[in-house]
Amino acid sequence: MRLTLKVWRQKNGSTKGQFETYQVDANEHMSFLEMLDVLNQQLVEEKKVPVTFEHDCREGICGACSLVINGQPHGLSSGTTACQLHMRFFKDGDTITIEPWRAAAFPVLKDLMVDRSAFDRIIQAGGYITINTGAPQDANAVPVNEEISSLSMDAAACIGCGACVAACPNSSAMLFTAAKVSHLGLLPQGKLEVDTRVINMVNQMDKEGFGQCSNTYACEAECPKEISVTNIARLNRMYMKAMVTSSKG
Amino acid sequence: MKLDGKVPKGLPLADTWTNYRSKMNLVAPNNKRKIDIIVVGTGLAGSSAAASLAEMGYNVKAFTFHDSPRRAHSIAAQGGINAAKNYPNDGDSIYRLFYDTVKGGDYRSREANVHRLAEVSNSIIDQATAQGVPFAREYGGLLANRSFGGVQVSRTFYARGQTGQQLLLGAYSALSKQISTGQVTMYNRHEMLDVVIVDGKARGIIARDLVSGEIQRHSAHAVVLATGGYGNVFYLSTNAMNCNVTAAWKSVRKGAYMANPCYVQIHPTCIPVSGDYQSKLTLMSESLRNDGRIWVPKNADDAKLVREGKKAANDIPEDDRDYYLERRYPAFGNLVPRDVASRAAKVACDGGNGVAPTGLGVFLDFAAAIQRYGKSEAYAKGNHNPSKDEIISLGEAVIEKKYGNLFEMYEKITGDNPYKVPMKIYPAIHYTMGGLWVDYNLETNIPGLFATGECNFSDHGANRLGASALMQGLADGYFVLPYTIGQFLSGDIRTPHIANDSPEFMQAEQEVKNRLEKLISIQGTESVENFHRRLGKIMWGYAGMSRNAEGLNAAIKEIQALRKEFWENVYVPGELNEMNQELEKAMRVADFMEMGEMLAKDALERNESCGGHFREEYRSPEGEAMRNDADFAYVAAWEWNGGDMKMHREDLEFNEIELKTRSYK
Repeated sequence: MRLTLKVWRQKNGSTKGQFETYQVDANEHMSFLEMLDVLNQQLVEEKKVPVTFEHDCREGICGACSLVINGQPHGLSSGTTACQLHMRFFKDGDTITIEPWRAAAFPVLKDLMVDRSAFDRIIQAGGYITINTGAPQDANAVPVNEEISSLSMDAAACIGCGACVAACPNSSAMLFTAAKVSHLGLLPQGKLEVDTRVINMVNQMDKEGFGQCSNTYACEAECPKEISVTNIARLNRMYMKAMVTSSKG
Repeated sequence: MKLDGKVPKGLPLADTWTNYRSKMNLVAPNNKRKIDIIVVGTGLAGSSAAASLAEMGYNVKAFTFHDSPRRAHSIAAQGGINAAKNYPNDGDSIYRLFYDTVKGGDYRSREANVHRLAEVSNSIIDQATAQGVPFAREYGGLLANRSFGGVQVSRTFYARGQTGQQLLLGAYSALSKQISTGQVTMYNRHEMLDVVIVDGKARGIIARDLVSGEIQRHSAHAVVLATGGYGNVFYLSTNAMNCNVTAAWKSVRKGAYMANPCYVQIHPTCIPVSGDYQSKLTLMSESLRNDGRIWVPKNADDAKLVREGKKAANDIPEDDRDYYLERRYPAFGNLVPRDVASRAAKVACDGGNGVAPTGLGVFLDFAAAIQRYGKSEAYAKGNHNPSKDEIISLGEAVIEKKYGNLFEMYEKITGDNPYKVPMKIYPAIHYTMGGLWVDYNLETNIPGLFATGECNFSDHGANRLGASALMQGLADGYFVLPYTIGQFLSGDIRTPHIANDSPEFMQAEQEVKNRLEKLISIQGTESVENFHRRLGKIMWGYAGMSRNAEGLNAAIKEIQALRKEFWENVYVPGELNEMNQELEKAMRVADFMEMGEMLAKDALERNESCGGHFREEYRSPEGEAMRNDADFAYVAAWEWNGGDMKMHREDLEFNEIELKTRSYK
């Protein structure tokens, strides 16, 4: 299939970017990123600078890939990262627009690559259970209800890609933050620090310049791991409770 | 030269580690504050080490080429992590985990290291659970287990099909806490391009800031490499695209030894190659072999029709199927170790019975498991006479609960629904047992340079058992290195802050700059990607699943020629002082081209078949691997020596376990 690609090119964080148009031949068995490999190989052969994009595991788990494809983070397939999107979802003659995540808190570094270190700083603000390496009690000493553990795992499946932020009209990081707050806060091991965790993480989120959540649910719709917005509701409950009852509030 | 693994002597194996740890030199808290440690790589082994060392009070500088420590390839491990907890009460013990690992490794690992690994395995599960890793649980709230290849107990803990992700996020959270306190300085998007040796000790690294292109000198009292394996020397592998050998290889060029580079694990259950454009291969977790049955059509004619798309798997009657693992290895069946399963798939496909369009593929079939689970679920629900459809829908629900995300991933990639038609799978390069030679302290032959996780060679011998990579990475990082590094650092408590402008640092920096400039200045006609692909073809063709002396000799010649061509004709676009992914890749491929030669050389010198290393000249009439303990029960540690490679031997002593022919029949 012959495709027309409109790709965002930007030399670095301090210059302005623009769309460039390319033609590329692909086939339906390729992944989307393999199609970009073909484009890059073509550019290198023409002695041009290839398109910079972030990618690594190419199996949907590392969270590196971060492309807005035809206006949708990770493209049209639901529950899929860009690296797992296959070209059989496109047809000959299609024009595809490819952009980086767009959010003030995720500045563009080059072309399609953005800086997501704001997410790391939200985790550093409290996305952990305080336990040093050593000799904790036996893992089976604290039984965890299977349903709770499973809910916790649903939230923990977040890959930290940032599609939620890219999808949100306010560039809010609520789904990302709520997923971590839920993952840890649901477990008995994480309950002790639940108040400080939620307050510190929300404060950091605000400090990084992410917008407010206005319940559009665009994040859930575009999340490649289908993290539920019920986590946001849980975060809100935990946050309210912490603000009312905790001395940290 | 004979190498000494420095295993403490004189005590029973079971007491060795505890005793050693109790008598080890310590660094007092007031001195830890004055000591800097560099940790390169932030996967399981690196994050856990960096966090633990920082908790102990050392000043840690951690480096990753990723944008965040959370992206390391440990994250992609699916199936699970082993531990000798014996929660299922099936007779497991530390000794049995130790024994299985030594046997699984085809008797080519160091007994004392493996025993220590088995000893600390249980603490890993305790630690991870305390960190909030949501392991799978039974309805009563206790932890669940499943089985992996090469063992007859259920000792694998898991978090759905995302165990690596959850364990890495656990280590990452511990690391994040230390970053927030300032005890760890985190360098994201920084790639190590050389190690700096001052007065014979590793005292720092040269790194490139991948965003600005700036070359930096970082000093410390000791350097820990946790930089993973070299599977991408084969181009196509299940490794992530950016996995590379550069950090380890730069150390080799500075004199560190690379041990057993020919021990490469080929994982039996990956999605087969579908075209020339393919950039990587995707693993389907070994856990699937708990319930999936592997087969090919008995008749080559049927296989041909399947390949041409004229016949479907489900049209082939039971009697015309060859469940070759169950037939050849009745005791372990579909759960034989990876090396055995991979070779058996190759034999089936070489015989003309392969099922993927390329001829290289076998079926992994869940129909029987769906029936079995469906019936027992129906019975449990009080339905003693279920219809066919009821059985299938109940059975599929059980399979979905166990492997849902893997089935989904398979369908996304192939477009086939594995609940209805069998998966097609084929072996692919997955893990490298070989790695930097380290002693019992995980220290390389360069004092002050340590290697942990897949980056070292220490625990898996010639073949790694499933769910043991996560175990080893975390064992090294949480429970071994933070203690053993004290043996070195206790001698360095009077050493002040290491200057980063000594002649050694300046020279190393200049060398890195020269190499980068050289790559850009060649301005040839062929892309880095092409060279990597060509290297991969040589490696897979001659040094992959099946090797012989003639092919390995050819491989060495072809790699040397390719390397020469690379340095004359590679084209690297862009500039030095900017984000330049092609330049990053060029540096890595240049190192792979040296590493590949060492791998082939090691494979050539090892005149036996063991574990992942299969030499066609050394096999039994039934096609099983034939080990040669009399001549090859040693670790081959290779010195690069400017390209004129030299081998150093560490003889392996087996005091606890009797060497036997490995049988899974």
